[in-house]
Amino acid sequence: MLHPITTVHYLVLSAALLLIGTAGVLARRNIVIILMSIELILNAVNINLVAFSHYYRSVTGQIFAIFVIAVAVAEAAVGLGILIALFRNKETVLADDIDLLKW
Amino acid sequence: MIDTVFFYVFALLAVAGGILTITRRSAVHSAMWLIVSLVGVAGLYLLQQAEFLFAVQIVLYIGGIMVLFLFVIMLVNLDQAARQRQFNKQRWLALAVVAAVAVEVAYFLRKGAGALRLAQPPAPTAVTAGNTERLADALFSEYLLPFEIASILLLVAIVGSVVMAKKRI
Repeated sequence: MLHPITTVHYLVLSAALLLIGTAGVLARRNIVIILMSIELILNAVNINLVAFSHYYRSVTGQIFAIFVIAVAVAEAAVGLGILIALFRNKETVLADDIDLLKW
Repeated sequence: MIDTVFFYVFALLAVAGGILTITRRSAVHSAMWLIVSLVGVAGLYLLQQAEFLFAVQIVLYIGGIMVLFLFVIMLVNLDQAARQRQFNKQRWLALAVVAAVAVEVAYFLRKGAGALRLAQPPAPTAVTAGNTERLADALFSEYLLPFEIASILLLVAIVGSVVMAKKRI
């Protein structure tokens, strides 16, 4: 009745999470939620890496996933630091209110 | 059989958590739903025998990054933002682009599923070491240089975030 789970199932799930994250980055105004959407995108990438690592019975994909997590941590820390600096100077967290460089 | 059931449960957690993350008005609610989504992804790691990444996902993502997010949500006054419009002016264009990519992926998977032939995996061999041990072996021998570069990246990120968040440098 239920099919066994293949690598393609994981790829579909990963594509779905990637699209959800992209929609969040493009459509939301709140910078905190934009940063959370970026975390969703990075998680989708990690699902792909682990799925292929499992398929080929090699740990290389998982090691790459660890590096992706390290980059995600660095990105979140710097992004939130920028957000705090921005809020101190502009009193807003809405991405389209920050238009100093816009004509 | 039981694997299939668990896959769909964790996939539902991940996708539903993700959708609710990007649609909630309050940033705290978004963070809570993102935690649900990350738990779902952690369960998928466990299903694929990536036990170390499962632990890293729980400890580092949910215990570290999400707490950092919640701290920033407390530091930054979001009440003003929660009362305003949540989606920007280009939201329909953004959703149309995302939908176009989704249709593309769906079409490919329907028509081209036969063409998506992965190379045959190696024959299963008797695994002597556990997942964490094999990861550590590879990380500290073959991938030692990237590992050290990652540590420099983290140092730069620490210094950068302190400089950004400081009132006067």
